[in-house]
Amino acid sequence: MKLVRSRTIGSSVSTAALYAAMACIALLSLAPIWYTTAISFSDKAAAAAGSVTFWPQDFNLVSYATILGDPTFLGAFWISVKRVLLGGAINFVITVLMAYPLSKENREFRFRSAYMWLLVFTMLFSGGTIPLYIVVKELGLFNSIWSLVLPSAVPVFNIMLLLNFFRSIPKELNEAAEIDGAGPWYMLLKVYLPLSLPALATVTLFSVVNHWNAFFDGMIYMRSVDNYPLQTYIQQLVVQVNMQDISGDPNKLDLIAKMSNKTLNAAKIVISMLPILAIYPFLQKYFIHGIMLGSVKE
Amino acid sequence: MRYRSLQKHYHIMLFPGIILLFIFSIVPMFGTLIAFQDFKIGLGIWRSPWVGLENFSYMFELPDSRRIFTNTIFLATAKIVANLTIPLIFAIMLNELRKQKFKRAVQTIVYLPHFLSWVILSSVISDLLLLNGPVNHLFEAFGFEPVMFLASNKWFPYIVVFSDVWKEFGFNAIIYLAALAGVNPSLFEAAGMDGATRLQQIWHVTLPSLRPTIVLLATLAIGNVLNAGFDQILNMYSPLVYESGDVIDTYVYRAGILDGQYGLATAVGLLKSVIAFVLIMTSYQLANRFANYRIF
Repeated sequence: MKLVRSRTIGSSVSTAALYAAMACIALLSLAPIWYTTAISFSDKAAAAAGSVTFWPQDFNLVSYATILGDPTFLGAFWISVKRVLLGGAINFVITVLMAYPLSKENREFRFRSAYMWLLVFTMLFSGGTIPLYIVVKELGLFNSIWSLVLPSAVPVFNIMLLLNFFRSIPKELNEAAEIDGAGPWYMLLKVYLPLSLPALATVTLFSVVNHWNAFFDGMIYMRSVDNYPLQTYIQQLVVQVNMQDISGDPNKLDLIAKMSNKTLNAAKIVISMLPILAIYPFLQKYFIHGIMLGSVKE
Repeated sequence: MRYRSLQKHYHIMLFPGIILLFIFSIVPMFGTLIAFQDFKIGLGIWRSPWVGLENFSYMFELPDSRRIFTNTIFLATAKIVANLTIPLIFAIMLNELRKQKFKRAVQTIVYLPHFLSWVILSSVISDLLLLNGPVNHLFEAFGFEPVMFLASNKWFPYIVVFSDVWKEFGFNAIIYLAALAGVNPSLFEAAGMDGATRLQQIWHVTLPSLRPTIVLLATLAIGNVLNAGFDQILNMYSPLVYESGDVIDTYVYRAGILDGQYGLATAVGLLKSVIAFVLIMTSYQLANRFANYRIF
């Protein structure tokens, strides 16, 4: 649709300024990420001297070659992949199974309200870090991949999102299938799921991104570097080394940053971004839709 | 009733999720009882000695407690204000773009940082802010002294707020953009025919049509007054900037998990959870009254 707008010389100048401003904003969003990428392809000495600006200096792939030969890094990457697959699958099954009964009306499912309150309550009130830490410890889950996937197995926000989508599916369909003798499992698997692909894609992408990006659980539940997922590995071996192991002397902060291998660290950062960048086009397509769904209330 | 026979299946569907919620959400809620204990991990919750409110009174005597509460509220409030206004301005500007391809390209780019973790972005940002990094090069070019941003208590809060806005402004604009998409175009047409300039149109048509969304987001934000952003700060701070950057969540992590003061850390965490719960309930009440918003 084309809007009728008054166009004068003044307004076309302001239009040009607007487009320029928006281009700058977009550039500023990417620039920091681009800068790290440029460092990762630069020569070690140039990066340490701070002479890299926009383009890599003395372009080379040494950092990437080093990483591909680093078993700890590759191991962490693999743990993250496993965690995304296992955690994503568990999230998916739980989300689907909980969203369906909760999408029913109160008269169709008498205990719906009670379950809903329980879910919402767990979303609004948390016992905090320490009690959960102790529970995970007492269950003997330290150092196990289950400590990364079970505590976050029930994604309440995703469940709300999917149940709202289920509610938008016409009731007539439901009744027609029931008359044909379809049970609730058939209904969920053969009627509701095939109709909900966009919503299912949305919640799956959310849970995959969450699992890929999570670092804190790995940090507190994993007791050895060999068990770290990738983000925890980077947190402990890149961020922590840069920021935390300094006491008192402000000059040391910069010294440590210089001493540590900037190009290698930058390459690790870039590789850990790759999976997100790879699924980003799909994310883009669905998440806006997903957010809107989540905010549509009946 | 035909629904009767279905109930059993519904319970079965919910069962696995409820069990997991019970273990990893409900049990920890009861676990907050250790806030009233001198909890020793070897003794467990059953045999650790009860100490009443000692952890709480100790918490208020700590010189750090004032600092972590004020830092938390300050950083969180600054973020709330910035994350409500800047995305609003951005959404309005974006909405003025007529070239759809350009608009979509801008959107695609600015949403990206939202999906990257703070582990990655803190590293990216610290690269930028090093003493010999690009930001300081720029400072020097304009004749300023280079600054060690992440080691300076003066700069740290600004960096926390600014980098959070940088990461989230595009994503936060989505809600506004959706609201704008629902505005009747004939309103703009009418304003244009009456000779309203672009700024007048924004002021008299765009902003008023966004008012309900702004009110809703602002009320819901009340629930975040104690959320200064744990993931971000944990990855950006260092002992040098505890004075301006240490917040409740980072303190709980250090006191509890690193120092093993479980009772104290749980007490601090519990206090936060209770206040946050009250705030969220209040904000939902208000949102319900002013914007007809319901959680479910």
